[in-house]
Amino acid sequence: MKTAVITVNVRKTEHMKITVKLFARASQLARASEVEVEVDGGASVADFRKALEAQHPKLKPIAGSLFVAIDSEYSSDDQVILETAQIACFPPVSGG
Amino acid sequence: MQLPSKNRLVELTDQPIDADTLTQFVTTPLSGAVILFLGTVRELTQGKRTTALDYDAYPEMALAKMNELVSETAEKWPVQKIALVHRTGHLEPAEASVAIALSCPHRGDTFDAGRFLIDELKVRVPIWKKENWSDGTTEWVHPSAE
Repeated sequence: MKTAVITVNVRKTEHMKITVKLFARASQLARASEVEVEVDGGASVADFRKALEAQHPKLKPIAGSLFVAIDSEYSSDDQVILETAQIACFPPVSGG
Repeated sequence: MQLPSKNRLVELTDQPIDADTLTQFVTTPLSGAVILFLGTVRELTQGKRTTALDYDAYPEMALAKMNELVSETAEKWPVQKIALVHRTGHLEPAEASVAIALSCPHRGDTFDAGRFLIDELKVRVPIWKKENWSDGTTEWVHPSAE
C-alpha cells in the first residue's frame, strides 16, 4: 500500500489590505474614521506602524503616541497581524 | 471571586446618566456600604473656560475593557454589585460623564474599589474627550501626547 503524501501548500499572502478604525485626534488628522493600510503577509505591529505612517503622513504628528488595538486588545509591537483582525489606532485615552 | 452578570451593569450611553437607578441596582440586603462616584464636566481648566465636552468611544473595546475592570475589581475586593456607566456625545458643565456605583459588606473596601475603577478607567478604556473652549476653539484631550 502506498503512503499518501499530502502537501499542503500554504501560500503566503503577498499583501494584506487592512481597514483601520481611527479615533479622536487620529481621526481628526486623517479626516476619516477609517483608513486602509497595505502590509506584507505576516507583518508585525511594528511593520504596520511604519506602513501606517508612510501611507498616511497626516498621522505623523502623533504616530509615536498611537496605540494599536487588535480585536479590542492592546497589542505589542512584535505581535503578528492576521488578515481577519480588527485593527484600531488611537492616541492616549481621556475618558472619565 | 467572579462577579456574575446579574451583579454587574456595564454600559455606554448617549443619554443622561440616572445615578439613582445605579445606586438602587447595587444596594443589596447583604451590603453594609454603597458608594456612588460621578465624574462631572468641569467648567474651568487652568483658567480656560469649557462650554462643553464631546465624548467619543470605541464601543466594542470600551465595553470589553470596562467589563475586564469590573472583573478585576471583584477579584481584589469583596464587591457584591457594580454599576459602571460612561456617557458619550455632547455634555455641558455639571453633567455626569461617568458613574460608578458599588456595594461591599464594609465601607473601606467600597472606597478602595471605587478609586481603582475610576483610576484604571481613565488610562485603559478607549474613550476620549474633546474640549469646546469658550473662545470657540476645540481640542482633543490626549494625556502625555505631543
